[in-house]
Amino acid sequence: MATERRQRAPRPGLVLDVDRSTPPILFHHGEGFRLERLPAGRSRVIYPAEPLPGLADPEAAIRDALLNPLDSDPLPALLRPGMKLTIAFDDISLPLPPMRRPDIRQRVIEQVLDMAAAAGVDDVHLIAALALHRRMTDDELRHALGERVFDAFAPQDALYNHDAEDPDGMVVLGRTDHDELVTMNRRAAESDLLVYVNINLVAMDGGWKSTATGLADYWSLRHHHNVHTMEHSRSFMDRPRSELHRSNWRQGEVIKANGPPIFQIETTVNNNTFGHDGPLAVLQKREWEWSARDRASFMAMHAGLKAMPPAACRGVFGRWLAPYEMTSVQAGAVEPVHESTTANVLAQHLVPVQGQTDVLTMGLPYICPYNVNSVMNPILVMCLGLGYFFNLYRGQPLVREGGVVIMSHPTRWEFHPVHHPSYIDFFEQLLAETTDPAELEAKYEAQFATDEWYVHLYRTSYAYHGVHPFYMWYWGAHALQWLGRVIVVGGDPRAVRRMGFQPASTLSDALEMASDVVGPSPTITHVHNPPILMADVE
Amino acid sequence: MSAGTRTNDVITESLAGKRIAITGATGFLGTALTERLLRCVPDCELVLVVRPGRRGAVQRVQRDVLRNDAFDRLRSELDQPGSPETYDEMTARRVKALAGDVSNDGLGLDDEGRALLASCDIVVHSAATVNFDSALDDAVEVNLLGPARVAAVLDEAGSKAHMIAVSTCYVAGSRRGAAPEQLVDDSPFFTDVGWRDEVDSARRARRDAEQASRSPERLEALAVQARRELGAAGIPALSEKVESLRRRWVNDQMTAAGRARAASLGFPDAYAFTKALGERALAETRGDIAVSIVRPSIIESALAEPYPGWIRGFRMAEPVIAAYARGLLKEFPGVPEGIIDVIPVDLVVATIFAVAARGPVDPSPDVTQVASGAINPLKYGKLFDLVSGWFTEHPVYDEFNQPIPVPRWSFPGRGRVARQLHRAQRSLETADRVLTALPLRGRHAVMSATLEERRQQLERASEYVELYGAYAECEAIYQLDRLLALWDSLDDADRSEFCFDPRSVDWTQYVQQVHLPSMVEQARLKMAPGAGPGRTESRSSRLRRQVLDPQRHLAVFDLENTLIASNVVASYAWLATRDLDDLDRVRFAARTLAEAPRLLALDRRDRSDFLRYFYRRFEGASTDRLDSDCAEMLSDLILTKSFPQGIRRIREHRQAGHMTLLITGALDFVVEPLRPLFDHIVAAEMGSSDGAYDGRLLNVPPTGEARYQTLADFAEAHGLDLRESVAYADSTSDLPMLEAVGFPVAVNPETKLAALARRRGWLIEHWATSAGAPTKLLPMGPRIRGRARGRRPALVGSA
Repeated sequence: MATERRQRAPRPGLVLDVDRSTPPILFHHGEGFRLERLPAGRSRVIYPAEPLPGLADPEAAIRDALLNPLDSDPLPALLRPGMKLTIAFDDISLPLPPMRRPDIRQRVIEQVLDMAAAAGVDDVHLIAALALHRRMTDDELRHALGERVFDAFAPQDALYNHDAEDPDGMVVLGRTDHDELVTMNRRAAESDLLVYVNINLVAMDGGWKSTATGLADYWSLRHHHNVHTMEHSRSFMDRPRSELHRSNWRQGEVIKANGPPIFQIETTVNNNTFGHDGPLAVLQKREWEWSARDRASFMAMHAGLKAMPPAACRGVFGRWLAPYEMTSVQAGAVEPVHESTTANVLAQHLVPVQGQTDVLTMGLPYICPYNVNSVMNPILVMCLGLGYFFNLYRGQPLVREGGVVIMSHPTRWEFHPVHHPSYIDFFEQLLAETTDPAELEAKYEAQFATDEWYVHLYRTSYAYHGVHPFYMWYWGAHALQWLGRVIVVGGDPRAVRRMGFQPASTLSDALEMASDVVGPSPTITHVHNPPILMADVE
Repeated sequence: MSAGTRTNDVITESLAGKRIAITGATGFLGTALTERLLRCVPDCELVLVVRPGRRGAVQRVQRDVLRNDAFDRLRSELDQPGSPETYDEMTARRVKALAGDVSNDGLGLDDEGRALLASCDIVVHSAATVNFDSALDDAVEVNLLGPARVAAVLDEAGSKAHMIAVSTCYVAGSRRGAAPEQLVDDSPFFTDVGWRDEVDSARRARRDAEQASRSPERLEALAVQARRELGAAGIPALSEKVESLRRRWVNDQMTAAGRARAASLGFPDAYAFTKALGERALAETRGDIAVSIVRPSIIESALAEPYPGWIRGFRMAEPVIAAYARGLLKEFPGVPEGIIDVIPVDLVVATIFAVAARGPVDPSPDVTQVASGAINPLKYGKLFDLVSGWFTEHPVYDEFNQPIPVPRWSFPGRGRVARQLHRAQRSLETADRVLTALPLRGRHAVMSATLEERRQQLERASEYVELYGAYAECEAIYQLDRLLALWDSLDDADRSEFCFDPRSVDWTQYVQQVHLPSMVEQARLKMAPGAGPGRTESRSSRLRRQVLDPQRHLAVFDLENTLIASNVVASYAWLATRDLDDLDRVRFAARTLAEAPRLLALDRRDRSDFLRYFYRRFEGASTDRLDSDCAEMLSDLILTKSFPQGIRRIREHRQAGHMTLLITGALDFVVEPLRPLFDHIVAAEMGSSDGAYDGRLLNVPPTGEARYQTLADFAEAHGLDLRESVAYADSTSDLPMLEAVGFPVAVNPETKLAALARRRGWLIEHWATSAGAPTKLLPMGPRIRGRARGRRPALVGSA
């Protein structure tokens, strides 16, 4: 990794005004790409900042954070023989794509375990805080925690996935002043110390969301994972203006009062998603800076992917591990730790942007938090575009109210039968009836959430919880309310229409269709994400 | 014209107050007669002799006669306010049902019945088997012996009744030229054979055919055919099929015998032949009973009474015309100059009225023919032009909403048409056989079922050619001297009320404005676009709604290929390879592949034997280990290979409050992870001791008929009604189970089941694995590198 570190200082994000000399712009398009020419004179492209330098000695930084925590005694001081220690960690949804070994969780947890061993703690459990996500497989746990940790704990059943549906595995910690139920994994709640190990990829992650969401169950999550909250989070990436976070923070108060002592460890990574060199390096370069070699390797990759069946393309990208570098680590009490973390995340992601646009275009990549080692189904396409990308703003949305979002993604009618069983039914049955998030929530959420078969698959197989597709749909509720039209370029028309969007075969067709809504010659903004950027819209 | 204002014409007057018996009242002509008598002859009393059937004579008369749409006119006249009595009251007063059967000596009447029949003034015998392909002995019993039996009953009882026997012009046989109104034996062309000998030989032929059908060779051939049609459906289903094929074979033999005997004596078919001998027998045995014979030609829909176009049943010309309109009959034999002798039914009825009113004449029996060929001929060529012209203007639409163009016939000889059809049929049969032999499923299987349907249509078309070709080529001219003399004797009132003058028919108007519009409705031909593929769609969604109706009790599912695209071999392979290293995996795959043909053959022969044999391999496997591996296999193999729509359907049944049941030949520990989907699971169970399985099944694996039995037992134990149950399965081996329930569903059916399901109108579902499911070349378990590495005994040795 050290060899990849660049000599010059990383450049910040950039807003490029498109003129006649601007080369075609790269759009991510699932397991492939499109090169699109944007109309000159009224288009702009927002580029993410180049990767910030990683910590030179991550091990030392971690050790330093554990020994000098914020608003807390050093970790060793919190450890004593005979105590019950639980280490909870972020699941497979972070980071994206999964990172090269050693994973940050492994680095942190190994040090925590060393300190626990030194203090004579022998009752240690490790729990993947996956809330209602699918269980992690043994191989995935191995990757996140390393062989040593896995082999030491898994055979003793001291390393496992959180099970929100275990009838004996959850406890109620109380209710917030807004009458929100707070529940927590029993082992974590009944521990003498809960250490939470986080990877903060976007500003939404971390803080009280780690424990109040990651270790909770449906009955607790439903207070903030709902349409009302999402429509009042502007955006959920911007904590002070996020109803989602306000609710989680209220639940945090209850955890502080009635839950276990928490030692929060948060980390941030840089934007080095595709590497400074290597086959995908071109994806984090700006098009006019592509060298002849970049161009050639991109064209070869583009042509190769086009010739491969979708499953093979998925295989190619699924094997990509990001060379992320850790940019910060902070430990201690949840709130001060998260303040510091958020500042570090924003330092990498924020790009100042002047004013809104009529049409927002985005190229959706092959991965989102919920399809690691899986399939990006149409609902996840919606969630990634209208949930994540749309909400990556501070201030006001990039696109004006009543504007148009154009997303580029193949949007195939494809589902992973093991990971997303309830998605299939949600898509094929419920969306055929209505696409209105509030109506779906009122009519069907409870039924899917308490469905015996989905619960069974969530607990014993590797399925997202029955209610999860609803959350995906709610994630886009703010955008659905805000936008005048959503157009998907290059998607399966049947699947696109099923979601209430409009299919277009080319970007120019899509822009033509958009003009019905926003008038002729609209302003266009393209977010060149990933690597991740967050628009700071004035 | 209302019942109250009837004029005092002669026919009405002479029939008024009479007691009139009719046999064959449930037939086309009999219904028309009954209706006309009730409507136009006040106060006559009717005795309808009908076979009692299951419901009894009274019910049959109610259901099969008096509710026919022929009576709509009369009913609406009577059921008006101010009418002195309702339709039901009138029929209750005037119509008596008498249980009797003309195929039995003495008609099966008791003393009371005999007395009632003998007390009639007029007996119209119109009962006949008009099937052109009825078995010889059936035709003999009804057509040949029927009239003589009626006369015998009347004669024995000393009745004074005038018997009117309805025969057919075609008793004249296949010949050219004039066929006068004379008794058959008066004709110089009639080859006289002893009718009693024909009766004996027909009965003997039935016994011989029954005997021949039970020969070992025949039974073996039938068993092969049954297996080809049903596949491995289990012994009870197959034996039932063999028996029904045997009965059909006997009937085919008898039909062929009838056709051959008729042809040998110069008749177009067994119907004309037995009718001719029936006239002979009647003349010979009538005793003192006065008999008049009325011979219509081909009776077709009504010209005017009870309303234009009224017809009962799908008769002779209709199937041919319908097949033509659907574009199936590219050619039909016949000479364009030839005459198609058709007569509307109301003209025949009026003729019978006139004959009855006139009374018997000497010498008895007298013959009256009612036909059109001699004085108002409808040429075959003209009929074709009228029909094709009409269908060009009013095309039938195919399933894709495209109008079907009607073919132009070139009127080749019968032999050439038959040969053409035969060729087409042969090539389709070959294609069909090839497709049936291929292991097709789902949509491909349905395609091949379509082919099968085409083949059947062709088969039917060539049957028509064989059956009716003779009529199209018949060039006899039926003389009408007596009919016209009778017509001349009527006064104007009778003529306008009871028209039977064949000259009154305008063929163009009759064919295009009366017959065809009514026929297409009768045949339910699709005369308008719109309902096209959408129609099949809405049909399946209607069926889907039915299966999910809360009134259903139970939904039973097969597993393999119904809910998951996998089988017991795959799950075994998955479990067995979990502990093998790469080299052993290769060896295992090679061994299993080498064994595959044998396993497949065994499976095809008998599923239970296959399972018993195959499951031996689990001998010695640790129970704990398999249980935990099966939980993992749910994710890695079963769900990956599952049909999400199928899983959803199970859950929809549960939501609708139905009990759900899985019956599978898979092992219980393999399907254990699916338990939350079902209220009950019946699976193969294996014995175990000391924490290891012994490889032997504890029960008969529930496949084929055992599956049906399992279902039946389950339903009974839980007080569920199978008629209110739904069953999902994919192969003909599940036929007993599918047939047992009220709502069978064929899922991704193999060809044979697809054909069956189509024919029977079952719901067919095409369920697929999820697009996006990980693909596995071979069903092998992922290598164990996890939690319990190193402390696991292997399921199979590496040898």
